[in-house]
Amino acid sequence: MASAFEYAPAPESRAVVDIAPSYGLFIDGEFTEAADGKVFKTVSPSSEEVLSEVAEATEADVDRAVAAARKAFETWSALPGAERAKYLFRIARIVQERSRELAVLETLDNGKPIKETRDADLPLVAAHFFYYAGWADKLEHAGFGPAPRPLGVAGQVIPWNFPLLMLAWKIAPALATGNTVVLKPAETTPLSALFFADICRQAGLPKGVVNIVTGDGRTGAALVAHPGVDKVAFTGSTAVGKEIARTLAGTRKKLTLELGGKGANIVFDDAPIDQAVEGIVSGIFFNQGQVCCAGSRLLVQESIHDELLDRLKRRLTTLRLGDPLDKNTDIGAINSAEQLARITALADQGEAEGAERWSAPCELPSAGYWFAPTLFTGVTQAHTIARDEIFGPVLSVLTFRTPDEAVAKANNTPYGLSAGIWTEKGSRILAVANKLRAGVIWSNTFNKFDPTSPFGGYKESGFGREGGRHGLEAYLDV
Amino acid sequence: MLPIVPDGSDSAPGSRGVYSRYARRYARLVTMPTHTPAASPVPDVTASESTLRRFLHGLPGVDAVGLEARAAALGTRSIKTTAKAYALDLAISMVDLTTLEGADTPGKVRALGAKAVRPDPADRTAPATAAVCVYPDMVPVAKEAVAGSGVKVASVATAFPAGRASLAVKLADVREAVAAGADEVDMVIDRGAFLAGKYLKVYEEIAAVKEACGTDARLKVIFETGELSTYDNIRRASWLGMLAGADFIKTSTGKVAVNATPANTLLMLEAVRDFRAQTGIQVGVKPAGGIRTAKDALKFLVLVNETAGADWLDSHWFRFGASSLLNDLLMQRQKLATGRYSGPDYVTVD
Repeated sequence: MASAFEYAPAPESRAVVDIAPSYGLFIDGEFTEAADGKVFKTVSPSSEEVLSEVAEATEADVDRAVAAARKAFETWSALPGAERAKYLFRIARIVQERSRELAVLETLDNGKPIKETRDADLPLVAAHFFYYAGWADKLEHAGFGPAPRPLGVAGQVIPWNFPLLMLAWKIAPALATGNTVVLKPAETTPLSALFFADICRQAGLPKGVVNIVTGDGRTGAALVAHPGVDKVAFTGSTAVGKEIARTLAGTRKKLTLELGGKGANIVFDDAPIDQAVEGIVSGIFFNQGQVCCAGSRLLVQESIHDELLDRLKRRLTTLRLGDPLDKNTDIGAINSAEQLARITALADQGEAEGAERWSAPCELPSAGYWFAPTLFTGVTQAHTIARDEIFGPVLSVLTFRTPDEAVAKANNTPYGLSAGIWTEKGSRILAVANKLRAGVIWSNTFNKFDPTSPFGGYKESGFGREGGRHGLEAYLDV
Repeated sequence: MLPIVPDGSDSAPGSRGVYSRYARRYARLVTMPTHTPAASPVPDVTASESTLRRFLHGLPGVDAVGLEARAAALGTRSIKTTAKAYALDLAISMVDLTTLEGADTPGKVRALGAKAVRPDPADRTAPATAAVCVYPDMVPVAKEAVAGSGVKVASVATAFPAGRASLAVKLADVREAVAAGADEVDMVIDRGAFLAGKYLKVYEEIAAVKEACGTDARLKVIFETGELSTYDNIRRASWLGMLAGADFIKTSTGKVAVNATPANTLLMLEAVRDFRAQTGIQVGVKPAGGIRTAKDALKFLVLVNETAGADWLDSHWFRFGASSLLNDLLMQRQKLATGRYSGPDYVTVD
């Protein structure tokens, strides 16, 4: 006699975070309104509830922010590295102390499950600041010459999939190396960056070292085009990245781009199969698949295709989709109506092109933006869903026969950000990894991040590295 | 089970069902009737030392990091309110209340039996435990103590805990326990033989014990996972035990440094899940040793729920081998009922 073990709702309390009805731009250490007083709303993707109103920065506001950063650069870059490190350590500790608040905030604004913000995003944010704090007084030992100089003012534009983590990836190395920053968070997820502005004040960071300008693509365009910016760092779509590269062509500005991906997760027939299933799940369903390095193409050796798919489908039926604040939720909401429409269109196209669609049976909430975990079998290299980045919880399953074929198919993409290799044979891991053109390769795991490890892409996935010693180079005059 | 979506154009014509690789390997096994495990269900696999070895070493490998990460991730499930009440009662009903000490006396075993039948004297709604677990010579005392209650009597046997005795001695041990009325026998495998690669010896020993248990007693096979050491070994031992006719596979004796862990239990749950999918035979799982708190027990129930599935959420298919766990479960149960924290003075010591 078996009875169902239904988990009762276990929501994280919203009371730990106090969201103001409106937020201004954070320029020169103060919150100010936009020059023309314009605002936009940010909503919770899981309920479509309006969380707050945020100022929409104009060109004039961006100009003010860059001027503040320029002014602050003189004193900030002249500080001894050990002094800059103190601020970064302080920021890291405050992030840790306020991690629950920030996790709830991020979940509300982004739609991702609290399990992920609590156990992945926030610990990594703090770790990133701690890590680069450690570099601040050791730059002469980083391999970039005896006295590497900062670049000046960094204009940074970040995406909505890991709002606070991408902020950390951008701001921590920039400050450690002595640059000052103007950062533009994504239009749909501005809140955690504004809370970070408050953390900068709490840490006593000198005015103008960090400036946050909120807005849409136009604000971002104004920032990267601003003549006072010495360095542009962008994480986001390949289309926008190309546009930025065109804008910057012929200028003195240094550029790093971290763009899209279509990661191949390669499962050989001698893989640890239960762990491979877990890795496939975390590869494509972590953060609802809205991850640039997602393992969105499953390349499975044909001899174990049926067995693996059966196990994978059984596993997907145990995923819990729903209220992102519930501690037992595995799959949260899609970040925006726009993104949901894109995922839906690409999935429909996959079906129209003849791939076989399967979704885990689950009930989608009536409000908010939701997409059930989906996989496509019978996908070939010719299908759109095998080539285009979907940026959603949609897995394309392809097969291969030999290691050479696996490598050829994995590399047959304009992107080159991530890949995974699943086999119990160590020599095969090394042999295959050497042939893959991807910036990050995981073996027998997926979507593992660490501040010490450089991250970045080949080909249309961008250039430049973030994280590790390599991540310093992007912010040094070398 | 899920509907199986066949592979598309890549599929070789005329190929395979769900478990391609295994289905071929287990062609005969699948067609066996479910309740004759004493006779080998897989003569081709167990025909010789080499076929058995080839089979066990052909099982998919286990990635230790991934397995432990999955077990830890399931450990973060938050079980509250109604789910907690359900899980606490379920956990109590799954306890094999155990005393396995040289100092065990009839008085101690009687006290344990009384506690198993009615764990919370102040609250009759608390369920009875699944069984009491004792040494073979204490089986008659235990039987009497739980008579008429539905609580089973489990007896360890086969020269527990080391298992270092001749097969004749081990079988005599089992027969005595069964003759005294044991409903369940918890045997230990010969870890020495397993680690020496003598899988067939281990297999034959389990099969012989199963035969000695007859139809009256269910057989739990203890692997002593802490001594097998690697996850690959634990997976192989699990299959070996199930092929030889185990009704339950059990982690440990509780007598070594590393006993039940979330990871080794998760691995064994995967094994029974896969075994049933391929043979139709359902086998139970019993983690034993080291599970002391209600919080830990709930994590194990989450492992069961999300790995083997709801069919195993029953004392017939999942047990906790424990002694101190029961009191913590009872205190948590009291807390949930009254809203106040209970204390050790409000549960019985024995």
